[in-house]
Amino acid sequence: MSPEIILALIKPLLVLGLLLTNTIILIWLERKVVAGMQSRVGPDRAGPFGILQTLADAIKLLLKEQILPMKADKAMYLLAPIIALVPSFLIFMIIPLGPGFELTIGQESQFINMVGADINVGVLFFLAVSSLAVYSVVLAGWSSGSKYPLLGGVRASAQMISYEAAMGLSLVPVILYSGSMSMSKIVESQSGYLSSPIPIVDSIIGFIPNWNIFPQFLAFGIFFIASIAEVNRAPFDLVEAEQELVGGFHTEYSGFRFAMFFLAEYINMFNMCAITATFFLGGWLGPTFAGVLPPFLSAIMPTIWLGVKTFGLLFVYFWIRATLPRLRYDQLMELGWKRLIPLSIIWLMISSIVLGIREFGLPWS
Amino acid sequence: MTDLLLFAIPGLFIILGALIVIFARNPVHNAMGLVLTLTSLAILYISLNATFVAMVQMLVYAGAVMTLFLFVIMMIGVDKPEQTKEEIKGQKLLISGTLILLVSVVVLIVLENGLNWNLLFPQSQNTFEGTPSLLASAMFTSWVFPFEVISILLIVATTAALALAYEFRKRETND
Repeated sequence: MSPEIILALIKPLLVLGLLLTNTIILIWLERKVVAGMQSRVGPDRAGPFGILQTLADAIKLLLKEQILPMKADKAMYLLAPIIALVPSFLIFMIIPLGPGFELTIGQESQFINMVGADINVGVLFFLAVSSLAVYSVVLAGWSSGSKYPLLGGVRASAQMISYEAAMGLSLVPVILYSGSMSMSKIVESQSGYLSSPIPIVDSIIGFIPNWNIFPQFLAFGIFFIASIAEVNRAPFDLVEAEQELVGGFHTEYSGFRFAMFFLAEYINMFNMCAITATFFLGGWLGPTFAGVLPPFLSAIMPTIWLGVKTFGLLFVYFWIRATLPRLRYDQLMELGWKRLIPLSIIWLMISSIVLGIREFGLPWS
Repeated sequence: MTDLLLFAIPGLFIILGALIVIFARNPVHNAMGLVLTLTSLAILYISLNATFVAMVQMLVYAGAVMTLFLFVIMMIGVDKPEQTKEEIKGQKLLISGTLILLVSVVVLIVLENGLNWNLLFPQSQNTFEGTPSLLASAMFTSWVFPFEVISILLIVATTAALALAYEFRKRETND
């Protein structure tokens, strides 16, 4: 077999293992963080610090009976959890986890790219696949044949379309600024430090890394808010508002099918944070300490940096969940359509003008 | 062989989706059939090296347009099995007549040329990849006039739709 095929077989398995383990840690971490913020203890029975609690929950869910509601639309009811999981795995494929390295085994040498698929329109792929994730929620809500899930599904379709528009628009200035739609090129364009033609300003900002978050701070804010809404996290979790809709779109799901929705939600959250880190926080960029650390450690430093940034953002997600109350439905729509979308269009115009002046000079000169 | 597989598998799914759109009784199933067709079409575009077009196809049609369709289907509650009563007089007769005509045309072509259809795409002269910059430079230089005309057309259509909906609502409240 050619090395390409072997790589193509190994990569998905590694990703599967990584994402599943990661979800177990994430759920535990969220419960612990939120518990700490609310002066509770959180899970502490299974394993040290309760870290095996998620595993116990997963086994419990696997062994439970899977109920098929009488009024359910069978085909769509069974399809919805699968549609939820597939996009979440697909999105992880385009996140660059590191600069890639040369692997030499015996005589053979092979360049290993740390991206599942390095396509030249990665940004669009991310937007396209995340727009497919809406179907799982909508179908799950509709096919359950019950009132509460249907309300959740209808809410989801409106919410996710609205915030997808804001999210896509907030990414356009980033693409313009980086000059590419490829995820790995966007990361590479953020290397180095900020610079300015004015010497005094240059000496002040000269030590700040050239991450997109500094010139594109407004785009970051819009993208961050829209990404929370896109993964249906608090304060935008109207889709599964417990107090109003019992469990929202997944009320009628039980056992492993419910676990699939749960898994998809946490993988989506992780992906969204990793993508935010890639677009705005320099992705895997960071000091590798080459020469100080042993070579194999400095080789995986980029991946560790990406992990640090991703988990930092995830902590903010948990923080927001523990702090902010849920938005009302009309407030949610107003924030999306009347605030975020106009703001992102204005920001797009401002950054286009600035980039145009930087590229071609002032119009009168 | 790979070319043929890359064409045949999405092609089969496109036909399957189209058949679901036509024959499924439930509007939500129809919509999902259309999603299947549109997504498979995107895969076909990727196999033709037009990644950008494929992604836009997924984003706009499979993502936004079909979600709106589903939203409307659920909102106005037409997710009940369709009625099978004939709406137009002689509907079935007309359809069967058209079908017979279509089949006879296909049979005629087969009789004339035999079954030597070339299922593969004709070898393209252009082997470049459909990158955004290539597409943009074509769209904004040689095709800028049609592009602008289409954008005006879309704005006119949006305005007309808004005006119609607004008029309708005003009349309703007056009564």
